[in-house]
Amino acid sequence: MKLKNTDALNALKAQSLKLIETRRVAESVSTKNAQGLIRHVMVCGGPGCHSSDSPRIAELLEEELNRLGLSEQVKVFQPGCFGFCEKGPMIEIHPDNVTYCEVSAEDVPTIVEEHFIQGNQVERLLYMDPNTKERFATNLPFYDGQLQIALRNVGYIAPENILEYIAADGYQALAKVLFRMTPLEVIDVLKESGLRGRGGAGFPTGLKWEFTRKSQADQRYIICNADEGDPGAFMDRSVLEGDPHSVLEAMLIAGSAIGASEGFIYVRAEYPAAIHRLQVAIAQAREYGLLGTAILGSDFCFDIQLKYGAGAFVCGEETALIHSIEGARGEPTVKPPFPAQKGLWGKPTCVNNVETLANIPPIILKGANWFSAIGTEKSKGTKVFALAGKVNNVGLVEVPMGTTLRKIIFDIGGGIKQHKTFKAAQTGGPSGGCIPTKYLDTPIDYESLTAIGSMMGSGGLIVLDEDDCMVNIAKFFQEFTMDESCGRCTACRVGTKRLHEILTKITEGTGTLEDLDKMEKLCHIIKDTALCGLGQSAPNPILSTLKYFRDEYIAHIVDKTCPAGVCKSLLRYEITDKCVGCTLCVKKCPMNCITGSLKKIHVIDQERCLKCGACMEQCRVTGAIIHH
Amino acid sequence: MDIQLTINDISLKVPEGMTILDAARTINIDIPTLCYLKLNEMHYNNNIASCRVCMVEVEGRRNLASSCSTPVASGMVVKTDSLRAIQARRAMVELLLSDHPKSCLTCAKNMDCELRRLAAELGVRAISYEGVQSEFEIDHSSFSIVRDPNKCIRCRRCETMCNDVQTVGVYSAVGRGFETVIKTAFDLPLSKTACTFCGQCIAVCPTGALTELDQVDKVWKALNDPDQFVVVQTAPAVRVALGECFGLEPGTIVTGKMVGALRRLGFDRVFDTDFAADLTIMEEATELVHRIQHGGRLPLLTSCCPAWVKFFEHQFPDLLDIPSTCKSPHEMLGVLIKSYYAKTLGVDPKNMTVVSVMPCVAKKYEAARPELAQSGEIADVDIVISTRELARMIREASIHFDHLKDQEFDHPLGESTGAAVIFGATGGVLEAALRTAYEVLTGETLEKVEFESLRGMDGIKEAVIPIAGHDYRIAVIHGLGNARAVLEKIQAGEINYDVIEIMACPGGCIGGGGQPYHHGNMEIIAARAAAIYREDRAKPLRKSHENLAILGLYKDYLGEPYGKRAHQLLHTSYTGRKKI
Repeated sequence: MKLKNTDALNALKAQSLKLIETRRVAESVSTKNAQGLIRHVMVCGGPGCHSSDSPRIAELLEEELNRLGLSEQVKVFQPGCFGFCEKGPMIEIHPDNVTYCEVSAEDVPTIVEEHFIQGNQVERLLYMDPNTKERFATNLPFYDGQLQIALRNVGYIAPENILEYIAADGYQALAKVLFRMTPLEVIDVLKESGLRGRGGAGFPTGLKWEFTRKSQADQRYIICNADEGDPGAFMDRSVLEGDPHSVLEAMLIAGSAIGASEGFIYVRAEYPAAIHRLQVAIAQAREYGLLGTAILGSDFCFDIQLKYGAGAFVCGEETALIHSIEGARGEPTVKPPFPAQKGLWGKPTCVNNVETLANIPPIILKGANWFSAIGTEKSKGTKVFALAGKVNNVGLVEVPMGTTLRKIIFDIGGGIKQHKTFKAAQTGGPSGGCIPTKYLDTPIDYESLTAIGSMMGSGGLIVLDEDDCMVNIAKFFQEFTMDESCGRCTACRVGTKRLHEILTKITEGTGTLEDLDKMEKLCHIIKDTALCGLGQSAPNPILSTLKYFRDEYIAHIVDKTCPAGVCKSLLRYEITDKCVGCTLCVKKCPMNCITGSLKKIHVIDQERCLKCGACMEQCRVTGAIIHH
Repeated sequence: MDIQLTINDISLKVPEGMTILDAARTINIDIPTLCYLKLNEMHYNNNIASCRVCMVEVEGRRNLASSCSTPVASGMVVKTDSLRAIQARRAMVELLLSDHPKSCLTCAKNMDCELRRLAAELGVRAISYEGVQSEFEIDHSSFSIVRDPNKCIRCRRCETMCNDVQTVGVYSAVGRGFETVIKTAFDLPLSKTACTFCGQCIAVCPTGALTELDQVDKVWKALNDPDQFVVVQTAPAVRVALGECFGLEPGTIVTGKMVGALRRLGFDRVFDTDFAADLTIMEEATELVHRIQHGGRLPLLTSCCPAWVKFFEHQFPDLLDIPSTCKSPHEMLGVLIKSYYAKTLGVDPKNMTVVSVMPCVAKKYEAARPELAQSGEIADVDIVISTRELARMIREASIHFDHLKDQEFDHPLGESTGAAVIFGATGGVLEAALRTAYEVLTGETLEKVEFESLRGMDGIKEAVIPIAGHDYRIAVIHGLGNARAVLEKIQAGEINYDVIEIMACPGGCIGGGGQPYHHGNMEIIAARAAAIYREDRAKPLRKSHENLAILGLYKDYLGEPYGKRAHQLLHTSYTGRKKI
């Protein structure tokens, strides 16, 4: 059914509202009172929950409800990611708005019996604050302080049903742009909103659109960069899987604003679910006349093709991405010319990241002022972070720009795991930097992160604690960029290799202070000379750890120790006189390098020791085996 | 519109769109470069900014800029000589050297290596960042090109040349990061690819990663074998370039000294491929007339260039009937030496070695083609060496080239006309053919023998030449990419010609892959072309059919041009090949 005009869209929206109204009640209904109402059970379909068998849980729920004749009244959905991955698989029940955490397939009969038949909440599945032991059925502290703009529909709507998206104001912004705004007005709104690219560099989106529009050409292109490559980052994946139409709508808006009739979504092939959702969404949008010719009865024509990335990190760089679409080797080329001047097939091209695009429909609907009121002076709106590492609440969080790291890590994130001490936050993906404790209260935005030696990147946020060796962390990230270098320019191809060699020397205890100076100098030279952003930022993990954790480097080099006890070459396991001679470690040692008989103190052959730590794990006597 | 900027405190105005590198050159500031190479006349431009050597400081910029790829902007303040820029440049060269074999003393590119020169110019005295070095297998598989990826600096010049200019597409960067290397598809040995062996990759390679297969020792061995009668022949383009190897100005004609040097090296006879060029004109012109008269397929494509021959065998296997069946000139001369001349001398051709000195590395491959041998056994040409290899032999033999007295080629296969020598430059074959065709077809004397419209560096030149009431539509093409474009149009039926001259190398044989390295200086190619035409003007005879030795050869031995014996000895056939 092709929508011929705005009225048809509005009529469809009015019809479709009932699909989602249960989930968006103004006030939660108590579980008792909700009995007899239409209920929606949302089973998180995010990547984490999905891996923890959430599709099976959804299936079992449906079977059980069906068996008990409740399937008309209680509907089960699998929307996108809820964000609170730590406690997955999660389910939410509306309109009573009850959230259950760490649900397993075995819990399904209990949930159905207790919740839907008896009208009682299953207490043990409610979120419990690890510190206060308080249980939360709704308004989980994890979501306190979060503001969802890009993720507004993720987890709330069924992503494979365009009607739910339309019910949630979907394609209203497109209609506004097509019939009530000129392209220049659209660009002005974006410029005034202060929206900046969420893919990493933070370039003002409105300006990018303006430049592309100004380039004279017979064809222009819009590309959605969905080649999310930062290890651990999955915000783009969540948008694509949970709210694919918001990306399509934003691309349509961009197309009409810059004068493009074709769009490409460059999505990594490792995201099959996202690809499937996009395929479904594109087919639906075409069916409703929202892609194709004469969109909503206007003279605007636009269509979208999917292109799959083969897993090269560097293809997230826009020029490399464009070359990859063209069928060439995915490697960056020098700018200028910028894609806005000469991009895909030599035509002006606007490349926007998924999260950036997901922000656009609400900006168009609610206005530039609404958006620019959120955030800091230079960084407006929100940012989604993939919170990972040694933090209690691992997951996806969307917070206003200017939120402090402390709030994200200690309030939303629930603090450090096992009450250990925070050491650093690594932000900005593999080429970001490590931020020490003293900057925990810095309001984070593009500028402040750069100023403290890190970067926003695409929003990776890995929390490190006292057990992490910062030299090893630097080496880990540096190794990633070295492996993912496209190999085109000398600085990155050879430079990152040499950096890695020096780091390896240091972690193996053969580094010298001279190496340290040499490495620091090389870092600055690579930043100064590398061809693309990947190379220019590759030294960041080293430079920021050198800046804030130089003492750890010195310890490795001068004292030949790894203070965190991570770098194996520098570890030495010893058996002390507390050994009772139980021979447990002797039996466990994979190298058979521990000698000792019953009731005699055992000895480790240091020459042959692998430093695997199996002996220490096995030992039942505190202090009998130590490492240093 | 001119752009005002400042470079090293000097204010200057340059046209919009110019790079910082070119702008600096206008005020005699030569920023060191390595991967950069721009050959305007060849429509070749490698400014991919991969080596990061030409880095300069631009005020207000966070990082350094690669001057080869950064356009000037109004009010730009550039420093090419700041400590930051100099240190970065040196660091890039050090990084490249850290992954480069230190075998400079024994490298074929020794003294001609751009990396080595740069290291010297930048005062690199130590390599600060030593580490593991790449280990790749050396590809010795072909008869023409040796590929040593260990010496590759990933400047990608070869890739640009092979893919963009020649459209052969043999090379591509493969792998990521430190493991990135320029390879063939599926890592096939070059001999198994569609490589035409034009050698333009060698011509632009800044290091010893791409070199010709060295045949010098084989020549020495033959020269020192008392049972072998060793005959040498030299291509037209060699005589205008060899002098460069001995410090003479580009464009110096050294024909006489070259002949003297070859005699000193011990060759029993010194013949001239030019003789066979004149012979080619007789055969090819007759073939063309034959095709026109007998409704044969047109256009006739020249077949002197072995790289071009291999190109069409791979890329246009459905057009195998349109190239001329004439062997290339040195192969014609080779077979005549081992038949006609051997008979005259009474020498068993099996005891003869024919050495060709060519501006070309594809000729090395060509000489090994099985069909270019009598009875499949006696190769027309035994060994091919490049201009560069000849220069090395002359040095090895301690010959002071500059002091050699001019000498003449041996008779009779050293006789030639001006029409033959111009084979060395693009357009020369057709110009020579027209000189003969005009006189043969009209019976009149051609007064103005120089066809200017066929000369010069344009990639595709077209002309319609009326001779005896027939308008001959001709085209002259150099560079395989240009050839592909025209052949595709012919395939599609969009255009047609009567005859097309095609040479694989930009500029023709004077720009061949076996010539002294031009290092991006196109004036050298221009000077060689000018010398070719000077040599033509200085010849008493300038039309192939006036070559008395040729006429004698037909009378005494070959019979009619394009006749039975000529076919047997001077013509060949082609083989369709796969694209990869």
